[in-house]
Amino acid sequence: MTFIGFLQLALFVALLTALTRPLGAYLGRVLDGGATPLDRLLRPLERLIYRSAAIDPAREQSWPEYASALLALSLVTLLFTYALLRLQDVLPLNPSPDALGTPLTPDLAFNTAASFTTNTNWQSYSGEDTMSYLSQMVALSLHNFLSAAAGIAVAAALVRGITRDRSRGIGNFWVDVVRITLYLLLPLSLPYALFLVSQGTIQSFGEYVTAAPLEGHGAAATQLIPRGPMASQVAIKMLGTNGGGFTGANAAFPFENPSPLTNFVQMLSIFAISSGLIHYFGCTARARAHAWTLWAVCLVLFLAGATALWWAEAAGNPQFHALGVDPADGNLEGKEVRFGVFSSALFATLTTDASCGAVNAMHDSLTPLGGLVALFNIQAGGVIFGGVGVGLYGLLLFVILAIFIAGLMVGRTPEYLGKKIEAFDVKMATLAILVTAFGILGFSGWAAASTWGTSQLGNAGPHGLTEILYAFSSAVGNNGSAFAGLRTSTPWWNLTLGLAMLFGRFFVIVPVLALAGSLAGKKRVPSGAGTFPTAGLTFGILLAGVIIIVGALTFVPALVLGPAEEHFLMHAGRQF
Amino acid sequence: MMLSTALSPAQPASWVGNVRVAAVVTVLLAGIVCGAYPLAVWGLAQLLFPWRANGSLMRAAGGEAMAIVGSELLGQGFVEPRYFHPRPSGAGDFGHDPASSGGTNLGPTSARLISGLTGDAAGPGRGESFAGVAALVVRYRRENELAASIAVPADAVTRSASGVDPHISVRNARLQAPRVARARGMDRIELERLVAAHTQGRDLGFLGEPRVNVLTLNLALDARERHR
Repeated sequence: MTFIGFLQLALFVALLTALTRPLGAYLGRVLDGGATPLDRLLRPLERLIYRSAAIDPAREQSWPEYASALLALSLVTLLFTYALLRLQDVLPLNPSPDALGTPLTPDLAFNTAASFTTNTNWQSYSGEDTMSYLSQMVALSLHNFLSAAAGIAVAAALVRGITRDRSRGIGNFWVDVVRITLYLLLPLSLPYALFLVSQGTIQSFGEYVTAAPLEGHGAAATQLIPRGPMASQVAIKMLGTNGGGFTGANAAFPFENPSPLTNFVQMLSIFAISSGLIHYFGCTARARAHAWTLWAVCLVLFLAGATALWWAEAAGNPQFHALGVDPADGNLEGKEVRFGVFSSALFATLTTDASCGAVNAMHDSLTPLGGLVALFNIQAGGVIFGGVGVGLYGLLLFVILAIFIAGLMVGRTPEYLGKKIEAFDVKMATLAILVTAFGILGFSGWAAASTWGTSQLGNAGPHGLTEILYAFSSAVGNNGSAFAGLRTSTPWWNLTLGLAMLFGRFFVIVPVLALAGSLAGKKRVPSGAGTFPTAGLTFGILLAGVIIIVGALTFVPALVLGPAEEHFLMHAGRQF
Repeated sequence: MMLSTALSPAQPASWVGNVRVAAVVTVLLAGIVCGAYPLAVWGLAQLLFPWRANGSLMRAAGGEAMAIVGSELLGQGFVEPRYFHPRPSGAGDFGHDPASSGGTNLGPTSARLISGLTGDAAGPGRGESFAGVAALVVRYRRENELAASIAVPADAVTRSASGVDPHISVRNARLQAPRVARARGMDRIELERLVAAHTQGRDLGFLGEPRVNVLTLNLALDARERHR
């Protein structure tokens, strides 16, 4: 752990803080129909979409209408992607080599379609040897925009539910998705993609290049260099916290993330919109101190994870050191030299906090405790800033749970920002939180006790259990990163992971929208002397406690059997 | 759905209606974000940064027909003593294959990773062999004639995340320099100057790690010999 590392961490936090207010203010204009500098350019396009699809932008939707619109869009785009992936051999933009000219198998196409629809971007394939340019650019990138927009839309609906007084509507899903895509994601992605190209990311429709390496002989006489429309996809994969790599190695592949500078920008872009959304919430709810308290809780949990993961990777693997490997270098297995231990550890923390899932280092080769932090971050519900939109609504579920617990302690009906929190609201919040725990542990237990699960492990011993646990935590938590030694491109794994992803997305979104509808219908009451304060240190500690305890108590037994046990065995010199 | 019709009798949201709207929205937004957007990035990228946009391809100076030898950003295999060696690679069957990118994904207690696997036709690896860290440490020390007291740089014996990491650490390059100088009959000081010229510091002075690009350095070594 070096001074230069702390300097990078401090700069990261400073820039994130600086971006939060302007992004939050801009989000307010996008989500609540205000004027933006891009109106002159984009208004005609927006109107054209409303006219063509017969959408009345002034019409408010109730929560069931909002939810069914979201489910309809998810279903249509899921089928669209499934069809494109199955037909990629007969569709255009199929470069060499021949491998890209074959359709995906039904189970892989289902897994991938479910994965991208749910903003998970779990990949049971390697992009460079599986996907045609059309599949990357259309079948997959479409979801990078739309699933991110849908997540932000749900967060906005919940914020409207909290802030509106006796209202039936929680917004219009179609308007939210169209405006978020056109006014937020698209204008940020275009300059971002060009910046990436300037640093080395490719954007080319040319065929793969066959190079003759300087010292090529025998089987390695040639090197096949992949190409494709990569930069446009990488920009939105980071901004929309999708995380699906254009290539198998994701953000470790030098084309996707060529330099420490692009890496730093990519790390910032993972958190930027989620951080801005917290500020947007504070402004809209006229509860800025409360929102900054939420932000501070996220920051503290993020910093704790980042330093723990960094420490574990810097300490490295004692079994390597015993062989004569320099202990000062830390654990570099599965890491890139240009990023080193610090930038890899920070990226791993961010991508698991934010349910992004892009990786610039292979998580399967992290030290046991480093892997434990990554796994814990996902299991905490992806609320430490979290995925775009998903993070904010997940965090607000924990807030409601915290307020309910505080209400139980003082024996009063809890209220939150002027809304009474009643049985239905607590049930919905609890349901959404329990779904995650049930999904992760249920599916993991099934896989760990079945041949289809254990036969595909890439590592033995406790690390094997961690691979299974990580896979389903990632799927249910809609993260998408992997302990990639696990070979999941089998029908069993593709189907179970696909179902886990759909389960983790929609069984959370529907209760969240129900909660939004319930809160919207309530009368706002002024806060009184008995109202539990939701800003400041006390509330911050309560909230952090609820997040950690719900996360920790639920998953501790599994974490002890996996990474914690492996840590001690590693120090004892055991190998599997 | 009873609640929804009760709330807004003016325009009941039917499933069929929603699916139709979703289909139109999907097609139109796909035209923008999957058509216009990537094409705009492609057009501007090819105009402004054509070399980068097409893969930062390198050609051997003076080579026959200026053949493409690789990409500045992608590592490739070198084993001869007169070249600097990259990190070991887990990408593809023979390593350093950018069309099959990835790391070993072996965990910190993996026997395969640490002790390796020797080609035993009857063994669990079915004739496959894999050099573990232990063997890589021995090989690195032997190739570079290092005393057992000198710690081996971690990047020299671990496989990268992409399998095509173009860089090695500065210390790794320094330890390899005497071997390369000997194999080429080259002055040590001159070689060190060349290594320094191909060493990149941290970006903006503080981001990431200092590093040496193996391919550009080896190309420069060959170019220098050709000019003499």
